[in-house]
Amino acid sequence: MDKLKLQKTAVEIRKGIISSVHSAKAGHPGGSLSAADIFTYLYFEEMNIDPANPKDENRDRFVLSKGHTAPGLYAALAHRGYFPVEELQTLRHIGSILQGHPDMKHIPGVDMSSGSLGQGLSTAVGMALAAKLSGKEYRTYCLCGDGEIQEGQIWEAAMFAGHRKLDNLLVIVDNNNLQIDGTVEEVCSPYPIDEKFKAFGFHVMNINGNDFDEIDAAFREAKQTKGMPTAIIAHTIKGKGVSFMENQAGWHGKAPNDEECVIALEELRKAGDALC
Amino acid sequence: MLGDKIATRDSYGNALVELGKEHENLVVLDADLAAATKTGIFKKAFPERHIDCGIAESNMAGIAAGMSTCGYVPFMSSFAMFAAGRAYEQIRNSIGYPHLNVKIGATHAGISVGEDGATHQCNEDIALMRTIPGMVVINPCDDVEARAAVKAAYEYVGPCYLRFGRLAVPVINDEATYHFEIGKGVELRKGKDLTIIATGLCVSEALEAAKMLEKDGIDAQVINIHTIKPLDEELVIAAAKQTGRIYTVEEHSIIGGLGSAVAEVLAEKCPTPLTRIGVRDRYGESGPAKDLLHKYELDAEGIYNQIRK
Repeated sequence: MDKLKLQKTAVEIRKGIISSVHSAKAGHPGGSLSAADIFTYLYFEEMNIDPANPKDENRDRFVLSKGHTAPGLYAALAHRGYFPVEELQTLRHIGSILQGHPDMKHIPGVDMSSGSLGQGLSTAVGMALAAKLSGKEYRTYCLCGDGEIQEGQIWEAAMFAGHRKLDNLLVIVDNNNLQIDGTVEEVCSPYPIDEKFKAFGFHVMNINGNDFDEIDAAFREAKQTKGMPTAIIAHTIKGKGVSFMENQAGWHGKAPNDEECVIALEELRKAGDALC
Repeated sequence: MLGDKIATRDSYGNALVELGKEHENLVVLDADLAAATKTGIFKKAFPERHIDCGIAESNMAGIAAGMSTCGYVPFMSSFAMFAAGRAYEQIRNSIGYPHLNVKIGATHAGISVGEDGATHQCNEDIALMRTIPGMVVINPCDDVEARAAVKAAYEYVGPCYLRFGRLAVPVINDEATYHFEIGKGVELRKGKDLTIIATGLCVSEALEAAKMLEKDGIDAQVINIHTIKPLDEELVIAAAKQTGRIYTVEEHSIIGGLGSAVAEVLAEKCPTPLTRIGVRDRYGESGPAKDLLHKYELDAEGIYNQIRK
């Protein structure tokens, strides 16, 4: 792992999130920013993928179950070379391939359409099961929100994954602790998240999801884990990287105005410069 | 064999086994109902390709979606109530929106579920599935047609809803000459006075009703619409022009099903007097299937009476 390179890439992805959501005048910056380091690690370190051959049957798969954080996924895909970075500015515009939520039919690199919360993990489980059935080596990754896991279907999928011992499946919960109506424990607490996944037969790790050393160690451990799926509870900061968005539920689904966009991009530029 | 009585859910299970022999990418998913949906027949033949998801239909729909992106052709199976009903949004968003190659084998449709009663009698599934863009909706009338429909659904690339029944129904098609084509209705009986357009198990009842009408000197045309979507509009319009009087018959709510599909076409393209025969905006109830079909006027006598009104 080249940590500095990943950190720099994460800054670029955060810039992509801010500028694309600003251009769209709508979207979800908070949860995209909290997961930006995970997107970065997945697409620039972890997954066996080839932007020139996005449908390769042996590629690793990724399902963004918390589909509203598409700006983070799109920025990662663009910087990884699936489509031009400039295209991020068309997010949510009419006629754009970059729909408000991931659309596998039109966006290169998107493995599953998602966005209706609770459904993505089941589809990821289907992909992991398909690999087992066909003897393929690819791995399947799924990113869920901590609010999203209030959906019962998540636990149907978790039960099945544990039952089938899908050790080629890695679930990451972006535990930024905020959902639209407040903190997750105020709204309807999913805690303890780790114990719940353990109860469904998962190997579980708690990490700082905004720290590449911890992400790297956990993803390596997940790959070594056999006989059960792994869940990483990634403790993150909603809005991470943009000071006025950090830990603010209000930035869940709101676009920055022109002034806020300038301030946010300037902050990120400085953060990038400081990495040199 | 012509004249035998076979439930189309049995046809489903048998057809899956036949297809499974030819196609290794065919997988069958069930939600703890393998004995009832008859996917248990497939499980016996191909245990490694039968995936029991437990009582979790929403998850089953998602797993089917995910597997289909990896080259498998999943047939996800449950009762119509829990496939089309419980998992509606999963089918809409995870299967329909990305137009994935998933087949939904829904058994125990309609009131002919019988004794289990209203909670298990889905009279709304055609309406639900028909509204999903790109979804093919097939409701076969007998064993021959049901097995052909399963094969056609496998060969069709895209999402497809197949509706089967619990009740054994007469075989009215001759396998030797029968040809199934998605979206093509079948004229089973010529007639000049009126047209009965039926689907599913009501087709054989409609044929019997036509014989009763004949005794009254009424010459009824009978059309079998096995594919509700895409509807054979050409055939419907031709019938409307020919007889000028249409009756639709289905073991489904008169809201949103075959009757509505036909009404939409006629209203826009060939306004013609139409009566929708079906379940009249109400729930079913417990009882033997035959008695229920009689009470809800969906057997030959009931169809005859409603036409003679």
